Amino acid sequence: MSQNPDLLSVRGLQVEFRSAHGAMKAVKGVSFDISKGETVALVGESGSGKSVTALSILQLLPYPMAHHPAGSIRFGDTELIRAEERTLRGVRGNRIAMIFQEPMTSLNPLHSIERQINETLFLHKGLSRAAARARTLELLRLVGLPDPEKRLTAYPHELSGGQRQRVMIAMALANEPDLLIADEPTTALDVTIQAQILQLLKDLQQRFGMALLLITHDLGVVRKMADRVCVMNQGEIVEQAKVADLFVRPQHPYTRKLLSAEPRGNPLTPPDNAAEVMAADRLKVHFPIKKGLMRRTVDHVRAVDGVSVTVRQGHTVGVVGESGSGKTTLGLALLRLHASEGAIRFDGTDIQGWQAKRLRPLRRQMQVVFQDPYGSLSPRLSVGQIIGEGLGIHDLGDRADRDAQVAKALEEVGLDPSSRHRYPHEFSGGQRQRIAIARALVLKPKFVVLDEPTSALDMSVQAQIVDLLRDIQARHNLAYLFISHDLRVVRALSSHVMVMKDGKVVEQGPTQRIFEEPREAYTRALLAAALNLEAMTSPEVRT
Amino acid sequence: MAASRLSPVTRRRLANFRANRRGFWSFWIFLVLFIGSLGAEFIANDKPLLIRYDNALYWPVFNAYPETTFGGEFETETDYRDPFVRELIEGKGWIVWAPVRYSYRTINYNLPVPAPAPPSAENWLGTDDQGRDVVARLIYGFRISVLFGLVLTAFSSVIGVMAGAVQGYFGGLTDLLFQRFIEIWQGLPTLFLLIILASVVTPTFWWLLGLLLLFSWTALVHVVRAEFLRARNLDYVRAAKALGASDVTIMVRHVLPNAMVATLTFMPFILNGSITTLTALDFLGFGLPPGSPSLGELLAQGKANLQAPWLGLTAFFVLAIMLSLLIFIGEAVRDAFDPRKTIAQLSTATPGEPAAAVARKEAAE
Repeated sequence: MSQNPDLLSVRGLQVEFRSAHGAMKAVKGVSFDISKGETVALVGESGSGKSVTALSILQLLPYPMAHHPAGSIRFGDTELIRAEERTLRGVRGNRIAMIFQEPMTSLNPLHSIERQINETLFLHKGLSRAAARARTLELLRLVGLPDPEKRLTAYPHELSGGQRQRVMIAMALANEPDLLIADEPTTALDVTIQAQILQLLKDLQQRFGMALLLITHDLGVVRKMADRVCVMNQGEIVEQAKVADLFVRPQHPYTRKLLSAEPRGNPLTPPDNAAEVMAADRLKVHFPIKKGLMRRTVDHVRAVDGVSVTVRQGHTVGVVGESGSGKTTLGLALLRLHASEGAIRFDGTDIQGWQAKRLRPLRRQMQVVFQDPYGSLSPRLSVGQIIGEGLGIHDLGDRADRDAQVAKALEEVGLDPSSRHRYPHEFSGGQRQRIAIARALVLKPKFVVLDEPTSALDMSVQAQIVDLLRDIQARHNLAYLFISHDLRVVRALSSHVMVMKDGKVVEQGPTQRIFEEPREAYTRALLAAALNLEAMTSPEVRT
Repeated sequence: MAASRLSPVTRRRLANFRANRRGFWSFWIFLVLFIGSLGAEFIANDKPLLIRYDNALYWPVFNAYPETTFGGEFETETDYRDPFVRELIEGKGWIVWAPVRYSYRTINYNLPVPAPAPPSAENWLGTDDQGRDVVARLIYGFRISVLFGLVLTAFSSVIGVMAGAVQGYFGGLTDLLFQRFIEIWQGLPTLFLLIILASVVTPTFWWLLGLLLLFSWTALVHVVRAEFLRARNLDYVRAAKALGASDVTIMVRHVLPNAMVATLTFMPFILNGSITTLTALDFLGFGLPPGSPSLGELLAQGKANLQAPWLGLTAFFVLAIMLSLLIFIGEAVRDAFDPRKTIAQLSTATPGEPAAAVARKEAAE
């Protein structure tokens, strides 16, 4: 192993996917090295080929549909491309371990935690049952899982997302690998938990002297974790540099674009006494928990527990919180898409308890844009039909007039009006989100709930959508309820912020005040985690 | 122009259907057989297709002419198989016959041997034990089986989709009650009930259809219900609600297209089941009224006349080939709607697939 100073060296790697419609090159000649104990980050937007690169290191791609026309991946002295299955098995999970983005689907739901971790120990170390158990406990303690003895018999669904990711890391560490590949390890987690997991990875890496290959789209994570960065775009590494250099002196135009893609700008400053559009007073959404033979209601899950909120014309109220805090439920309840208790005033009228028929005329004035641009558009309708549906329901204009309005709405969101004859799947995520916004806009609403409209999008697209939303708001004097877990986006768009936790409002006030002098400990922890990726120990923060 | 107006999803499905060569060819063979049998009267008939008599044209297939038209003695409808009548007509014109000069109920009284007669130049597949031509009965029997199957499938699908849609979309108590009802309903011993009912009423085509429909509509319910349960929480259904769309609009416009995939995939198999059930009833003698051309009845004759193997063998091969063709078509349809079949075609997101999978696909690009 002496000739190769690097632990892993990838040279001219190409990956091609074969299909009935010809070959598609996902990775076009990528070269990089990782030396012992180093952290290298592969950064890029979706479709850049970063995950495919990572998967080809362990030869985990769907062969033979995927293949490598050229390139080599040397790990120590072993060539991994086209290596024998036996050699690969010796490397996988033993000397190179991998953790994935989605901890729920990466763990087998039918096996207990103990069994999952033991599996790697049995496979590679041949430990006895008792020895494996001791080692598993040690690992769980190492990754900071609370009460490891009790958790041994737990199943994945009994753990939170952060705890599952800790178990994944424990599994990966079981054989003390030389290289850990982390594919978007924190993307599916809440910000406070993301900060904890990153901290954990950093600690463990120093302790074991592991090399870490971090795949991420989040430049904040890169800045925090990596020594060296490879920026990927369309299957190629466009720039490789030390982290410090990259952020100060980006060379490649794409890197510069990526760095400048953070949501910028300030929220609009509408007059404080603008007319109230939507208001709720002590709004409650409770889900009954039923138990026993007679299904008696024993308790309630308080998804939204007495929240009062006021949205004025031209204002944006940002609702911030981690998953499960009830922010989406609040949005749906305000639109009367979810049953609730408590007054909901729209334009001064209490619409709580109205029948669907009575509510219908009001529907065109309150609209919603959802998080997932793939799920929120009917796949079988053309874009024109999707956007025009509301016009049809509310009987606005004749055929030609509707078509003109659809074209105008598309133009307003920055899409080519002629694209209305195409189908949603022909568009990228960002474009689809624009279509969803056009669908809401075409009805000329007064109030729009934006439920994480940017979370599923790439960074550069996020910034564009934020700009678009702000632009539209200024033009039509719209009231927004902006739901997000991403505090940077909230800061760029909201005039007011409401921090939610467990269905309750922790703190609310003008955006600037909340960001600059947060009063509550939870808000402080959230801000630290989101903006600086720092884990703060606070009693309110979950693990 | 027509091809370019199909949505890309549909085009991909057609390509997938074509890619399954066996199913694709089965489909065409079946279509030719079926369309051919729809014109059974022109293929096997004891009345001529066209007669030229005394410088006038006659269409006995469509019209009934009394014998006196052709200079005969009776006022009743002409028996064209009568050699005397034939001579009368051919004396002053000519006759165009169907390829098979027997209808399903024509009895050949000129058999050289007692019925059932073995295959001969006159009766290509022999006759059954009442002296009726087997080829003619096959053609008419095939038609009635497939038509019965198609109508039953169509009705059961419509009812099944509606029932499933209501259950899945509204969920909760509606779903619970409906599900329990279907479970009890499906627990009824169908065949025995049909036999009992068939002995109370005289079964006709429509009676049988109604009776079978009572029990066959449940086949699709749970598939459609599952689709609706899944789809009612999708964001685009929520978005439609937010637009103010009514429940019926949402069900028909947004959710039903998803459920149609499952429905269409099942349909050839339901058709197969329907045909088999009818054949079984006919075989047992509880099916279509006596004298009707039916594959089940032919099978029963084969069983009763083991000394005449052409009866049993013919019925067996026709049934086996017909059912196999339908199964092959069903497999091709299943392929056509299978999103995994096109895993190589990464760029086309398949509707109904979880967004995460699509996103992952796109990440892999």
